[in-house]
Amino acid sequence: MLSSSNPLLEAKGITKYFGTITALENVNLKVHPGECLGVVGDNGAGKSTLMKVLSGLYKPSAGSLFFQGKEEILESPRDSQNLGLEMVYQDLALAGNLPIGENIFLGREPTKKFGFLKLLDFNKIKELTNAHLEKLKINVKSADQKVEELSGGQRQAVAIARSTAFNAKVVIMDEPTAALAIKEVGKVLDLINSLKKTGVGVIVISHRMDDIFTVCDRVMALFQGTNFAEANLSNTTRDEVIGWIMGKK
Amino acid sequence: MEDKDKKIESLHLKLIPYFEKYGILLLLVLMILVMHILQPDVFLSWRNVTNVFKQISWQSMLALGVFMVIVTAGIDLSVGSIMMLSLMILAVVAKAGAPWFIVVITPLIAGFLCGLFNGLGITLLRMPHPFIMTLGTLYIFRGAGNLISGGTPISGFTDEVRYLGHGRIDLQWLGLEKSQYLPVSLVLIAIVYIIFWIFLNKSKTGKWIYAIGGNPNAARASGINVNKILIIVYSLCGFLSGIGALILAGRTDSGYPNAGLQSELDAIAACIIGGASFFGGRGTVLGVFAGVMIMGILRNGLNLMDVSSFWQQVLIGSIIVLAVYIDVLRRDIGTRK
Repeated sequence: MLSSSNPLLEAKGITKYFGTITALENVNLKVHPGECLGVVGDNGAGKSTLMKVLSGLYKPSAGSLFFQGKEEILESPRDSQNLGLEMVYQDLALAGNLPIGENIFLGREPTKKFGFLKLLDFNKIKELTNAHLEKLKINVKSADQKVEELSGGQRQAVAIARSTAFNAKVVIMDEPTAALAIKEVGKVLDLINSLKKTGVGVIVISHRMDDIFTVCDRVMALFQGTNFAEANLSNTTRDEVIGWIMGKK
Repeated sequence: MEDKDKKIESLHLKLIPYFEKYGILLLLVLMILVMHILQPDVFLSWRNVTNVFKQISWQSMLALGVFMVIVTAGIDLSVGSIMMLSLMILAVVAKAGAPWFIVVITPLIAGFLCGLFNGLGITLLRMPHPFIMTLGTLYIFRGAGNLISGGTPISGFTDEVRYLGHGRIDLQWLGLEKSQYLPVSLVLIAIVYIIFWIFLNKSKTGKWIYAIGGNPNAARASGINVNKILIIVYSLCGFLSGIGALILAGRTDSGYPNAGLQSELDAIAACIIGGASFFGGRGTVLGVFAGVMIMGILRNGLNLMDVSSFWQQVLIGSIIVLAVYIDVLRRDIGTRK
């Protein structure tokens, strides 16, 4: 069913060298609208490098990226953001000293003209933040709360809110539940499910089989920088996927 | 009993943000009161108050520049040397007979270029820490200043050149006496601080400066060109040091080799007393102003009471440690959950 629609994002033959080290070799990946792709692999399998290529942080040594069928060359994270490709980093990439709203709009702040000056529009930031958090059913005391005052789960929620505030079409999440307390994991997974329902394509990198088997539709395994195995979730088992991570088929 | 405790606790929590924002002003007001009680006739006199502002005028520019750098979690040790070099360039250009509007603009350009040099060095040469680059330029700029002036003072500027540091705004039209004038440098401090307050709090670039200090990776991931912002920050810091040079030229009517010696440490001290965090992302323009004022009033008050300058050093050092310790305590209370 899912594979019948055109992929939102497709990576073909991605190769990345760091000096003499081959981090990725001829890796393919695609994700469809409303689909969640799980990417698994051991430490050093190339997951993070692949995500950084997709987000425009690294330029691939070879291979190409297609977004909605059109080939794109990403020079910086700004380029991928402009396409609607958003990344939620494992360290969340939030500025703890700034309030929730300013984090969500960081780098893309709404402004208003004040004579010849362009100043930040704090009312608009607050208004848009509240509306967006409400849409995603994220509960915080106030949009003015500093991020450093939030719990791990709330921070993850803010990071996800941030990634979807600008009509994201594909959201890539690096270990979204790794740093969370158990009771917070469920909330974040619910959030991912509601994102899928809005037609967003989600890529989740995770070590946790629970995450993969709760939210993903398809899983692919990287092993030593190459595509190792791939299957729809309905056609595989946890044990098989764990085997792939260790390089066993 | 428990309810009462809870109420007190929540009241504390509500007060913390205000204390965080305005606590340093409280300290400033307290100091003014103490000085007033110790020196009731002199301290709050028109003459002495304007004196304090004249004395802090150029330091306040350096402190503001260093503050912006500290917000990015950086440091600029070269502001004193930038000011000295800018002052020497001004002096040489003035002695060469250039018209006043050229003379006035040279230290600003020189300061800006020195700051740009720092910024480019830190980003392009990928220095492991701004400390190293600006420690280097602390020597380079002062050496350059001595090279162009021959290491000797150059004195005697025109009134136009001296206006910002030495000018007076007559207030007799308000029915005040001739001695009750407003120093131009005081007005300049107010204007510059208001401009930078707006810049840091209301503009995108200002917000990004705070974001870089909070988490440079977050800034980078948000598509912010971190290096570009850092270069802007160090350039502006140099520019402000250039304004400091122009004020100092007016105040002393001379360019001299020891100008601004160790003033980078005063500037850093003012920022720290004013609540800026060395880890970046924290601090306010108002806080820096309070920090500069506290140091100025302390020196002025101790001078009025004939306390030796050696004691001044001991006291200023103690205040730095005390101010930061209060900050540590405050953060303990603030983060208790």
